[in-house]
Amino acid sequence: MNNITAERYTDGKPNLRRFHQACWDEPIIFELGQPGQRGILVPEVEEGIKSQVGDPFKGISDSLLRKDPPELPEISQPAVLRHYVHISQETLGVDCNIDVGQGTCTMKYSPKINDQLARMTELTELHPLQDETTVQGILEIFWRFEQILKEISGLDRFTMQPGAGSAAIYTNASIIRAYHASMGELDRRDEIITTIFSHPSDAACAKVAGFKVITLYPNEDGYPDIEALKAAISDRTAGLLITNPEDTGIYNPKITEFTRLVHAAGGLCSYDQANANGILGITRAREAGFDLCHFNLHKTFSTPHGCGGPAVGATGVTKELIPFLPVPLVDFDGEKYYLNYDIPNSIGKIRPFYGVAPAVLKAYAWVMALGAEGLREVAEIAVLNNNYLLKKILAIRGASAPYAKGKRRIEQVRYSWEKLYEETGVHSDELGIRAADFGVHYWTSHHPYVVPEPCTLEPTESYSKEELDEYAAIIENVANEAYADPELVKNAPYNSTVHTIDHYPLDDPQQWCITWRAYKRKAQQIPA
Amino acid sequence: MKRIGLIVNPIAGLGGRVGLKGSDGLEIQQRAFELGARPHASDRATEALKCLLSMKSDLDILTCPGNMGEIAVRQAGFLPNVVGNILSDHTTAEDTKRAVKEFLNKDLSLLLFTGGDGTARDIYAAGGSEIPTLGIPAGVKIYSAVYAIHPRAAGELVMAYLREEAVLNLAEVMDVDEEEFRKGRVSSKLYGFLKVPYLQRFVQGAKAASPKSLFSALEGIAKNLFERMSPGTIYIFGPGSSTQLIAKYLGMKKNLLGVDAYLDGRLIASDANESTLLGLLLNNPAVEIIVTLIGGQGCIFGRGNQQISPQVISKVGKKNILVVSTPEKLNALKGHPLWVDTGDYEVDKILCGYIPIITGYKEYVMYKVTA
Repeated sequence: MNNITAERYTDGKPNLRRFHQACWDEPIIFELGQPGQRGILVPEVEEGIKSQVGDPFKGISDSLLRKDPPELPEISQPAVLRHYVHISQETLGVDCNIDVGQGTCTMKYSPKINDQLARMTELTELHPLQDETTVQGILEIFWRFEQILKEISGLDRFTMQPGAGSAAIYTNASIIRAYHASMGELDRRDEIITTIFSHPSDAACAKVAGFKVITLYPNEDGYPDIEALKAAISDRTAGLLITNPEDTGIYNPKITEFTRLVHAAGGLCSYDQANANGILGITRAREAGFDLCHFNLHKTFSTPHGCGGPAVGATGVTKELIPFLPVPLVDFDGEKYYLNYDIPNSIGKIRPFYGVAPAVLKAYAWVMALGAEGLREVAEIAVLNNNYLLKKILAIRGASAPYAKGKRRIEQVRYSWEKLYEETGVHSDELGIRAADFGVHYWTSHHPYVVPEPCTLEPTESYSKEELDEYAAIIENVANEAYADPELVKNAPYNSTVHTIDHYPLDDPQQWCITWRAYKRKAQQIPA
Repeated sequence: MKRIGLIVNPIAGLGGRVGLKGSDGLEIQQRAFELGARPHASDRATEALKCLLSMKSDLDILTCPGNMGEIAVRQAGFLPNVVGNILSDHTTAEDTKRAVKEFLNKDLSLLLFTGGDGTARDIYAAGGSEIPTLGIPAGVKIYSAVYAIHPRAAGELVMAYLREEAVLNLAEVMDVDEEEFRKGRVSSKLYGFLKVPYLQRFVQGAKAASPKSLFSALEGIAKNLFERMSPGTIYIFGPGSSTQLIAKYLGMKKNLLGVDAYLDGRLIASDANESTLLGLLLNNPAVEIIVTLIGGQGCIFGRGNQQISPQVISKVGKKNILVVSTPEKLNALKGHPLWVDTGDYEVDKILCGYIPIITGYKEYVMYKVTA
């Protein structure tokens, strides 16, 4: 029998994989198929039904009826399957790499059994407009999961309606606005305070909700001075929207002082806990003095990420703010679960219905499988993994972790390759592209780059020591290549489906083709 | 015993407060004097040297006669070791170069000099990169990275270097053509490098140009200003490409390097000097100053905008000073604070602390200012 360890390791270090991504030269699905091809042959409507229903278009205004059929691809079922399998093989997806390189996103493993649960017909055949007496089961899961989030956060009520993290932050900003309006102070209170290493959506959503945004920068410890906060606070302060730990993985130990000062000035405090993976069961929004918070179920609660949705940004508030929550809330009267629209100062709806049921079900299943102790263990292992990886990465030439020198981090680290760049001319994003040649993903940072030449890694609780060793070995190899032969790294990738793409058009809406019609008009110059 | 050298360019900075954008050439110096300019380079050298008094007994200071160093050293409380001579009352670049050559074989630990970009060029031209050197800023334009951010910082940095707590780093000697500069064209040129003691907080980084891709951020800043502007208020715009573009978005023509003032959207003073600004303040109670920071350095008052003098700043008041910057320009400071060096330490102290920087439409950053 072969000695597997001897084959996979050299001098105790994992050998790098001989990875090469698939390349199928795959067209857009609209370019596939032929006129007349079908994936499913829908049976003709029976005469009896036809005669009962009559003309289905009767009563619809001519102006609402389309003149031409929609331009959908005409393609067989196996061709559709092949197309999407090809595309999936051309993607460095979460389930085929050690996905610790997308820090802040909490790319943990999502157990497949929870996907199976969500595919059960008992769920998939439900409709959100069904009478609530016929959907007691899923309402009960919403209600039970809300009780769990209340315990995790210490807050008093949750809504699952917001469709993702930014929708949840917007909900919180809207509640802050509604609260101050109810106090007759909205004309004056038009400023939200946030920090540069909080998620950028905190600033963006506050602006969408009509506020001015004041951003605080960190001191050398990695979090803002109390003096900076004091300078920002005034009688115009509507609230604080803040992440903690921030994108650097540094926990602000003065957070209760932050919330106290904002409260003293009459503002509200909202805790962006989109990623709460390092503090589950350890700290709570309530004890830190927050009035609102939100959790992204696709991050901490493993539902998983859905490429833009559907998701849930579960949003919680203290009892004083319950009257402002979106409607409906899922309530229980002791006998039955029901949708409660009787919320007097509700901000209305952030999204239709009451939340994405499959995401809530998966999150509920994930929590119930772990139990309370298990949730805390998730945080502990995530933090342990992160600090193990921190030590491995900092041992690599050219790497550093700005702020809080010599201290440990919570669940992620924003590293800097500034020294490597100064010494080799290789940028952080170029290291990441080269890392893809060895089959792993790597992300830099949100813009703007406050940390020079940034890279953000978050190992979560999902990865083993061996997997973290393999990831660190890849990064070390790429960094060593940058020193030995910078051009090798700068010209990467060599093993990917496509070489680098020009990302400047992403800044130019005139060049975007996000529909087939736009693609034909703009890229192929075919009139619509 | 450690030995340091000091060369003061006595006319450095002469053109600043009177709005001449430089002090190169006899004619400009004459005009500066006529406009009421007072030399201050020697005072700035004194301010730096005072920080070294605790090392007095271990320090031998070599310097040039009279206002090229001797006066400054004596005023700081040291006994100078004077070498060489000055041929005329009007010192020139040649005097600086000759002094450097005098110092070359004198076993200096460090050569201190007071001046601007022109002086840095002369030091480099005469002595190359051999002697560890540090500039005390006194010039109107400082694009070179060989200067401490202000005289006290220079003093502290010299102290750190002599105690072997600072390392030597090659720093750029840069200059712009003053004639072009006065016409509104900035074209900086790299002349060479000097070996400069380095503790990041204390050295002035070379100016970074504003990337063109940031136009939309500046447009946002302009919208922000537009919403807060009110009739009857005078707006004094400081120099720089950022303020020029912001003024353009507001429909106002602004020259790149001068200080301009506007009332109700109309230009009321172009390329104003200190006395013009003080004149405007006399008759108008409502005045706001809009300035940006120098890219890569973080200076908001005291470099290139000396027309907005300590007296102007005092009269306008801190709460009426609006600092604007794109987020990228702030991030390029890598967390280092903004700083001021108006020439009046009391005014500098008032400007210190956290202030809101306008970074976009409805966007502010609370950022620290130091002196």
